[in-house]
Amino acid sequence: MSAEAGAETLVARPRGRATYWLGGDGFFRAVVTACSAVVLLTILAMVVFLLVQGFDAIRHYGFFSFLTSARWAPSEADPNVSSPNPYGILQFIYGTMLTSCIAMVIAVPVAVSVALYITNFAPTRLRRGLSSLVDLLAAVPSVVYGFWGIFALIPALKPIGEFLASTVGKVPVIGVAFSGPFFGYSYFTAGVVLAIMVLPIIAAVCREIFATAPLNWKEAATALGATRWEVAKIAVYRPSRSAIMGASILGLGRALGETIAVTMVIGNSVLAINKSILGQGATMASVIANEFTEATEPFHLQALFVVGFWLLVVALVVNIIARRIVAAAVAL
Amino acid sequence: MTTVAAEIASYAQRRRRQSAVRTAALAVVMAGVLAVLAWVLFYVAVQGFSAISPAFFVKNPPGNPSAAGGGFANGIIGSFIIVGIAALIAVPIGILTAIYLAEYGRGRWSESVSFFTDVLIGIPTIVTGAFVYSIWVIRFGFSGFAGSLALAIVMVPLITRTTTQMLKLVPDDLREGSLALGGSQRKTVLRIVLPAALPGIITGLMLAVARAMGETAPLLLTALGNDLFTEANPGKRMSTLSLQIFSNAITGFKAGQARAWAGALTLVAIVLVLTFAARFFARRSRVSR
Repeated sequence: MSAEAGAETLVARPRGRATYWLGGDGFFRAVVTACSAVVLLTILAMVVFLLVQGFDAIRHYGFFSFLTSARWAPSEADPNVSSPNPYGILQFIYGTMLTSCIAMVIAVPVAVSVALYITNFAPTRLRRGLSSLVDLLAAVPSVVYGFWGIFALIPALKPIGEFLASTVGKVPVIGVAFSGPFFGYSYFTAGVVLAIMVLPIIAAVCREIFATAPLNWKEAATALGATRWEVAKIAVYRPSRSAIMGASILGLGRALGETIAVTMVIGNSVLAINKSILGQGATMASVIANEFTEATEPFHLQALFVVGFWLLVVALVVNIIARRIVAAAVAL
Repeated sequence: MTTVAAEIASYAQRRRRQSAVRTAALAVVMAGVLAVLAWVLFYVAVQGFSAISPAFFVKNPPGNPSAAGGGFANGIIGSFIIVGIAALIAVPIGILTAIYLAEYGRGRWSESVSFFTDVLIGIPTIVTGAFVYSIWVIRFGFSGFAGSLALAIVMVPLITRTTTQMLKLVPDDLREGSLALGGSQRKTVLRIVLPAALPGIITGLMLAVARAMGETAPLLLTALGNDLFTEANPGKRMSTLSLQIFSNAITGFKAGQARAWAGALTLVAIVLVLTFAARFFARRSRVSR
């Protein structure tokens, strides 16, 4: 075939719709576009199916009665009685919030410090290694953290818990939150385990943000005579505060839904809201893991799906807010 | 005059001291975090090595959990089968989604797919398990395959995110070169861009597999576990390493806990090998870093 003929083909027969499809180009495009819908459909289906599974219980007891009661007593459930609702989930929401708060109080300052140290202070040769080691904390499986929590962490926390109970626990008003006895399995222990688990997530995002801090700000601060600490504080930490917020909320989202490690160290008490952080309780995630395969009472399994539905809603909201903040901060 | 100069000097000195003290404090926090990591790994290693034996890898748990001996052979096999099937489902979906995001996607739809991929990573895996229960287990019963479905949902967004990043790192020169030579977009993506990004993509896959290996919560609601015998049929309820660690750890029997420690050591070893192998691949990658 001469070059002329080839050129003629190109001009005379621009790639038509048929070639586009038969050549596989359009087909391939359709396939990848279809795949991109999978993630969105999955999230949508999760919301719908959890709601559908819990629907019988919701219709029987009412949508909001789950959120207004802290009494979880499956053995009192009676298919003929619809009030009061024996499946109040308030204490699990409380447990989830409390353990996550403890985790945040510990993990956020530590993670920010670690990220700041790695990006601004550590010897350059060590930075990559230190980052990898912190990331390794995220690689350890949840079940291993829980197991380690029972046998290594609880004995180590025991003196701290007993000390808190015997000192702060005796103070009138705030003492309720630290009152003993401390048996090891507690909101406190769960919070500490969660802190270790979310720390690498927060630290990784912070590291990324700190590493992209504008160099000319650092140079400007240094030129004005700022010390190394002041440079890190003025040119790296302060401009990143909203992004740190986003990173922390991302960690919070992870802490809210963490299941197995929490189930292993929280004590799984479902009797009532326990005001003391040294007491035993349950979270939304832990009660599902703990009771799901043994849910034999009327509406029990459906009620667990209601718990799952609200956990999903909370996780969606928290993650959407966190991603927005982080995305806005990184885009700046 | 001298007093002002002295004051300035002492102020500067104070700031220098403050800088040194606070830097040291950060270093102490860093050391503390590394100490926790070492504590976890060493504790698992010490407990695990004192409980592990060759029999652990070839025997199933004894019928009576308080009895000594036995192993998690069926759980290890189950883990590989369930995670293997999960990877077979998740890899094509995850990579094709990433190709869409990196090579085709423009505008609103693409942005929301990318955004919700990140959101899906943050969804509690116990909820994923409950979801798979409601779409699969209710009709077909507890099974290894249901566990694979749940793990696939965990893996897809992880694979999509790393693959998208890797594809975006491939220089546009390669794409332009391919298109200029008359390659179709499909050929450009599959023959040029994807191979160039492959080491990075494999890194992401390994990390996703490592994550899936350790997942326990969603499997409680889907694969359920089966301690009695080795089940190789994914249509039936199956045990995994993570499920056996969980159930043996909370038995209260010393023998069960010993098995669980051996299991924990095995699981951590698998996860660490995958993580380090992933790092190795990432370092060899031409496009990343």
